[in-house]
Amino acid sequence: MRSLTLVRRIAARPSIVFEAMTTAEGVAAWFGPDDLPVVRAEMDARVGGAYRVHFRTLDGHDHIASGEFLEVVPPRRIVMSWSWASGGELEERGRVSRVEIELTPIGDGTELTFTHAALGSEASEKSHARGWGGALDKLVRRVENAAVTTNRSS
Amino acid sequence: MNYRPRDLDRVFATLSDPTRRAILARLAQEDSLTISALAEPFSIKLPAVMKHLDVLSDAGLITRSKDGRTVNVRLSPAPLRGATEWLRRYERFWSPALDRLAAHAERKETEARTAEGKGRGR
Repeated sequence: MRSLTLVRRIAARPSIVFEAMTTAEGVAAWFGPDDLPVVRAEMDARVGGAYRVHFRTLDGHDHIASGEFLEVVPPRRIVMSWSWASGGELEERGRVSRVEIELTPIGDGTELTFTHAALGSEASEKSHARGWGGALDKLVRRVENAAVTTNRSS
Repeated sequence: MNYRPRDLDRVFATLSDPTRRAILARLAQEDSLTISALAEPFSIKLPAVMKHLDVLSDAGLITRSKDGRTVNVRLSPAPLRGATEWLRRYERFWSPALDRLAAHAERKETEARTAEGKGRGR
């Protein structure tokens, strides 16, 4: 649970997308929440290898995301642990989450399925393994819609 | 922001049960329901439903109020919003990054195709 999944269809072959996500040069070209350049990226894309990406955000703060490659299957799949070595989300400090990337060839391009999952506790990890994340997302959306309606009617 | 990981863990643990999720899903559609109305679609006995309601109540996901002899159950969505905040923060982080990744890879693809085209003499 507590997992975010984003899908992008990219007009580039999987090997090019894979390289963009597993090399320091590639990652430096896109990483971070805004258009500021990455300060420094280190990627050792093999199982057990480490990565570390230092970037700055528009508010002037520095952040370092780091972790370890858990699975590397070129040009199909990358799994890595994720944590904030510096900056990032305050509440997430000291917590390790997991990033999973699947690259599927579609025509001349690639479908990228990107999942970032929290491993906050044994409970959330177990429920994540049961794969009902989507069901909760739906429930939450319904709850939020219901809450909006209730607020309007009151 | 009122975000306490331990509370969130509790919410997620509570939601790991399909009956409890089904109860919440029904409450999301109704303003409030009596316990017997809530229990009706489930094959389990009323005391089992009551136990699930206790768990949901402890996690702050529902409230119960007495109206004469009936107990009305309402959804209390605030803890669920805390749960979605995590998703929102990372979505704000990753969504623009993946857009830039796509643009970058597409530029590389164009470069590669141009190079291949030249190589094949097309």
